[in-house]
Amino acid sequence: MSAVRNLGSRPWIWSFAAAAIVWVATVWFTGGSSAFGLSQATLTFAAFSIIVGVGQMFVITLGPGNIDLSVPATMTLSGTLALKVMDVQDGMILVGLLVAVLVGVAIGIGNYALIKLLRIPPIIATLSMSFIVQSFAIWTNRGLRIKPPEMLSSFATSYSFGIPNVALIALLISTVAWVLLEKSIYGRWISAIGQSSFAARMAGIPVDGTRFVTYVLCAVLAALCGYLLASFSGGAALNMGAEYLLMSIAVVVIGGTAVAGGNSNVPGIWGASLFMFLVVSMLNTYGFGAGVRLILTGLIIIAVILAAGGRKAVR
Amino acid sequence: MNEIAHEQEVVAARGVKVAFGAVRALDGADLVIRAGECVGLVGHNGAGKSTIVNVINGGLTPHEGTISYGGEVAQGITASRAHGVRCVFQELSLCPNLTVAENARVMHSDLTGTGWRKQALALVKQQLSDIFPGHTIDCESVVEDLTIAERQMVEIAISFGAVADRPRLVILDEPTSSLDAGLAGQLMAYVRRFVEAGGSVLLISHILGEILSTSNRIVVMKDGKVVADKPASQFQTRSLVEAMGSVVREQGSDRTARVRTGDAVLSKQLNPRSDSRLEAYAGEIVGLAGLGGHGQTEALLEIYLSANGNWWPTREPKMAFVAGDRGLNGTFSLWSILKNLSVSSLKALSSRSMISDGREAEVGDRWRKRIEIRTPDMDNPILSLSGGNQQKVLFARALVTTSKIVLMDDPMRGVDIGTKQEVYEILRSEASAGRTFIWYSTEMDEIRLCDRVYVFRDGAIAAELVGEEITEANVLAASFAGGVAV
Amino acid sequence: MKLSSGAIRLVIPAASLAVLLAAVFYMQPRAMSYTGLNLLFNLAVPIALATIAQMLIMSVNDLDLSMGTFVSFTACVTATFLQSSPAIGILILAGAIAAYAALGVIIHVRQLPSIVVTLGMSFVWGGLAVLLLPSPGGAAPGWVRWIMTAKPPLVPVAIVASVIIAASTHLLVMRSSLGVLIRGVGGNQRSVERAGWSIVWLRAAAYAMAGFFAVLAGIALVGLTTSADANIALRYTLLSIAGVILGGGEFVGGRVSPIGAVIGALTLTLAGSFLSFMRISPDWQIGAQGAILIVVLALRLFLNRLEKREKNR
Repeated sequence: MSAVRNLGSRPWIWSFAAAAIVWVATVWFTGGSSAFGLSQATLTFAAFSIIVGVGQMFVITLGPGNIDLSVPATMTLSGTLALKVMDVQDGMILVGLLVAVLVGVAIGIGNYALIKLLRIPPIIATLSMSFIVQSFAIWTNRGLRIKPPEMLSSFATSYSFGIPNVALIALLISTVAWVLLEKSIYGRWISAIGQSSFAARMAGIPVDGTRFVTYVLCAVLAALCGYLLASFSGGAALNMGAEYLLMSIAVVVIGGTAVAGGNSNVPGIWGASLFMFLVVSMLNTYGFGAGVRLILTGLIIIAVILAAGGRKAVR
Repeated sequence: MNEIAHEQEVVAARGVKVAFGAVRALDGADLVIRAGECVGLVGHNGAGKSTIVNVINGGLTPHEGTISYGGEVAQGITASRAHGVRCVFQELSLCPNLTVAENARVMHSDLTGTGWRKQALALVKQQLSDIFPGHTIDCESVVEDLTIAERQMVEIAISFGAVADRPRLVILDEPTSSLDAGLAGQLMAYVRRFVEAGGSVLLISHILGEILSTSNRIVVMKDGKVVADKPASQFQTRSLVEAMGSVVREQGSDRTARVRTGDAVLSKQLNPRSDSRLEAYAGEIVGLAGLGGHGQTEALLEIYLSANGNWWPTREPKMAFVAGDRGLNGTFSLWSILKNLSVSSLKALSSRSMISDGREAEVGDRWRKRIEIRTPDMDNPILSLSGGNQQKVLFARALVTTSKIVLMDDPMRGVDIGTKQEVYEILRSEASAGRTFIWYSTEMDEIRLCDRVYVFRDGAIAAELVGEEITEANVLAASFAGGVAV
Repeated sequence: MKLSSGAIRLVIPAASLAVLLAAVFYMQPRAMSYTGLNLLFNLAVPIALATIAQMLIMSVNDLDLSMGTFVSFTACVTATFLQSSPAIGILILAGAIAAYAALGVIIHVRQLPSIVVTLGMSFVWGGLAVLLLPSPGGAAPGWVRWIMTAKPPLVPVAIVASVIIAASTHLLVMRSSLGVLIRGVGGNQRSVERAGWSIVWLRAAAYAMAGFFAVLAGIALVGLTTSADANIALRYTLLSIAGVILGGGEFVGGRVSPIGAVIGALTLTLAGSFLSFMRISPDWQIGAQGAILIVVLALRLFLNRLEKREKNR
């Protein structure tokens, strides 16, 4: 009994419940024939939002005003650069991965340097950074569309034990993120900063150091996601990150992470990502177009934030 | 009831009681202000000055007692404004991004019509040169471009100014805190003229000279009550300071001054303009006294922030900080009691940056017993605790660390007496074990627990008292400008 | 010389625009003509209007992440309903403005973060736009086209429009009573409340005015492009924020400047043309906008420091 109540008080449970309902509704409409295929496709596409979402979650946990708008540009640049470096050779796969990670680290450092040196809000710092990164990506991407190495691309598109490999990677990343958040000193620190950055400072937490690491972490995860997405879709496209700007924020919010900061959870991002993709498939199955899909997505986000805000007011 | 007397009353608060939790801020205070008089209001920290001001201007509803404006019982900000009560708050309350004239527009809603800008400009200009003749404030400049003194002048001018109905009572809460002597003199002269013309003023100031020379009547408050209410002519500086102190003959410091051993563990010059240093030795309890808001918290923050890095984690922090304002810079409201307790000492409770649940719980248990946090489960949310117990958790947070110096920013404000005694006990034992405490307190009882006391005034150290010298009279005398050591 | 902080805030954007313009004229003297100027600044008009809208939201310490999709939506309405059946078109646009006012109320009453609410709204506006125009199309109403392609004597229409926008919004935001109160909310909400004003109404008014200017941006955009699609103005979210910041506005504290915002929008538009004259590949256009943003912000920080040192002396 108390276990049920305990479960109900977890904010992430709602996103999973919603995902399950939408899954059933879709499968039921197609007479059950699509159950397996739908699940696999959902896991595949959700995996990418999960990876960027986890990074964005760490940043949002830091408190009001903290948000990383450079996510899509980072994805594009790391995808293009990595593919270029690998140059369709299987032997270069790890080097490409390293390049992607380095791109992430560099952008993360750049982001925080702007925030700190120019004393500008993160939103405008990451925005100006994303302009520059985007240009850099356009410049490197010029010319032919480079394919990913054969081995990498088949890895990214295939399955282990019936589960997409990208979803397994997302699971691995999420597990590490969960341990960081719940068990490590770092997790405590970002939560403390998110609740009150001044109180955190007065409790002896190195606020700047922690925020710096968080912005780097977010950029690295976005870069990793760009690397995987480019390998998965057979090449890097300039607009490949575009939809992940709003998506990364949306899955964090729907997943039950407090927008006001200090309180976040990893499972919710899974529920929200699965849900977001399932809504798309359901509306497609029912024959609705992109317009209705977008409107519903927006209304869901607003409904979630209204419900979450209400909880806060009560407390 | 005498009709005429009532007509003359601008504001009357009678038998007012206000309590914040366990603390009685006002305990049956009476304050009547009549037309054509300037009432000086003095008292030490926690005497109830700000509370009674808030009651009069309608910001606070008393739990008992009545407020009447011009003989008519009413309540609320709107009612008090309608009866011509204006208030210049201690903290500046202008919009920094607007010009002086635009701020007048915000404050006076009757400045309407197309010519409002011209009208507002004329109003502020007129009022400013009435109060501060010869001032050089450009009324078309943005408030944030003005100096602090100029902002205070503008705020005062706007409050005294009027479009349609003139203010009948202006409350001035430390109006000269950023003005130099010349400007303060001009303001006081204006107050006298305003009063002669039939207006009334309630003046709160830590500069006793101002109070004595400007007020017609002086009201002294202590412990939420009015202890003296006499014409100003019957007071002198000395008798005023005495009236603020305890009636009973007080005892001196509870502690004998310790023999200092070794070098100071802390020595800091706080104010570049004065060469007085704040020093502390191992095992010492150093008190920071004086009226609230005279730079004690800033001093603690400066000491703390200059000692703790913001980029790299340190294994052994040099100092720990106990916050006074729990909601603002103390507790993490989303967390459990245990997490709030352990946040400053996570390094010691973890291996390879991973927190050990067992060790954390063990420390939590130990401290729950030691300082008697009243909770069935340390995993309960921090907000489930009473204010006093939350404060104990913050206190324990600092003591769990290995820090040799603990800074305390008036942490016992609003805590019940039982809890206080428990904390004092721990404080004494920790000090004798070699820890140094630097303790800002607004309560005299706590100041008496200290080995040595620095009294702050206007952001600087005004006096240093050691051992037997630590008496309420000495602290009061040093807190008020113009006060003499008794 | 004593400069007010407001004037200092305007100096940098005006100077950067002047420098950029001088560089463009130096490299391409033919741009210094009626048609040249019109070409340079044509696209600035809708961006300037969107920047003003964003500025109004920022003046009450909020941020609108749905500006781009909202302008796209209003552009779609303009190219369809406003063109075919004006009455319904006007009704829809009025409804959209009312929706903005309602957003302002909800955000204040429920104390929600504006970033997330407008993020959600950006999906809604985007969806509505796609419903209206699933594929690029529609047509500009004749009168809109007429205004945007007008040829006033001496000065091209883009410049005239920019000046009118700057002047009228300056009157509205900086001079009028309502503007003062709205900026007061951004500067010190508590003291405005204490003086007896209704914060909810002031916020609703700020949001409604923002909606109004965003609607104008959509209409002006269609006047230039003659047709619309659902993604026509997505860039405007980021451009409008950048424009306000470039123009000396700040995220909090009600420190905004309509004239600066228009100048900021012009600067951003000109940056693109400047680079193409420099024969730098269009790849770097967006990057240059980012770089300009960073340089201007660094300059402003430098000036603020200088000013502070002056004050402390």
